[in-house]
Amino acid sequence: MEEPQVRSGWPLYEVFLRGKRGLNHVHVGSLHAADPQMALRHARDLYTRRNEGVSIWVVAAADITASSPDEKDPFFAPSGDKVYRHPTFYQLPDDVPHM
Amino acid sequence: MTDDEFAAYQSLSEETEDHRWAFGTGFTDPLEGIDASVPDGVDAAALTAYCLALGDDALIYSHRLQQWMTRLPELEEETALANVALDLLGQARMLLARAGQAEGRGRREDDLAFFRDEHEFRSVRLAEHTDADFAELAGRLLVFSAWRLALFGRLAGSADPVLAAIAAKGVNELTYHRDYAAQWVIRLGDGTPLSHDRMAAALGVIWPLADELFQADPMTDRLPGVAADPADLRAEVDAVLDEVLAAATLDRPHAAPLARVAGRSGRDGVHTEAFGYLLAELQSVARAHPDATW
Repeated sequence: MEEPQVRSGWPLYEVFLRGKRGLNHVHVGSLHAADPQMALRHARDLYTRRNEGVSIWVVAAADITASSPDEKDPFFAPSGDKVYRHPTFYQLPDDVPHM
Repeated sequence: MTDDEFAAYQSLSEETEDHRWAFGTGFTDPLEGIDASVPDGVDAAALTAYCLALGDDALIYSHRLQQWMTRLPELEEETALANVALDLLGQARMLLARAGQAEGRGRREDDLAFFRDEHEFRSVRLAEHTDADFAELAGRLLVFSAWRLALFGRLAGSADPVLAAIAAKGVNELTYHRDYAAQWVIRLGDGTPLSHDRMAAALGVIWPLADELFQADPMTDRLPGVAADPADLRAEVDAVLDEVLAAATLDRPHAAPLARVAGRSGRDGVHTEAFGYLLAELQSVARAHPDATW
């Protein structure tokens, strides 16, 4: 059987934006582009049209190593009962914001 | 805590409405607080005609780009060029509105865009050209945006404060348009033998339309300090085009300028055959439903 026709031969890039108020870059979506420079411009055109961003990162999706859903339990379950890792036993002064 | 970190936390705690929006805010009106009266000593009729010409360039070019929508090879390019078309439409709106103000007969931007006939449009013929393929789109946008950026760079210092503000806003937009177009001309020119040949052929089609951009214009002589002399822009535009063409491994086409008709061209209201069809599409809804709102 023939391979299904791929609409775009361009590889996928993931886009990360830092907003005016943001402290770090946040994943906003993905796009197709022929190379990183084109991806950056496409990201500007697709994801900053409503005045969202002050900085863009693009990363080839193929370059991202992700944790697998199969490994979810061994990866994340062991931290589930270790409540002492949260700093919730401190008395916080009333005038400390954003905690 | 460093100063930077402190500033970052402070910006989060500011007492504004902005944080309620998922997308950006802080939109600005480029003409806010600018005196819209025609400055003393400026020829109002010439200013009207000049703003009309620059507004028509943007309006007609924007419509040509809009006609590409749904036909582009990639979804991403479609958004990119829709953005370019919207930028130009914004420039057209402000320039036509300024023309109406300077004219002083109460005509608004919509009256000027939708209720003038072909011979009253002052756009250059480059703006109305129908791109036969994506290479022509890229080549034409490169020439147009390189020229318009050089022009707006000068107009940002215009003695008409409204025109200066419109131009200053446009400079950032046109810088991106030029960059976008240059990227594609280089990509196609320095690509495969097929893309190189098609890009070279496209430039051969576009080049005859470029000469009109630098033609001396009696209108600008009547606006010293307000308008820019088209002939002065040629060196700057040529330098940009030569740099892009060199990177794209393309030669500057040797093409005779598109002939004028009895000494007249787009700036005189004489257009190519393609113009009438474009205008009919652009104006049909507004003329079928005058003063409709939605």
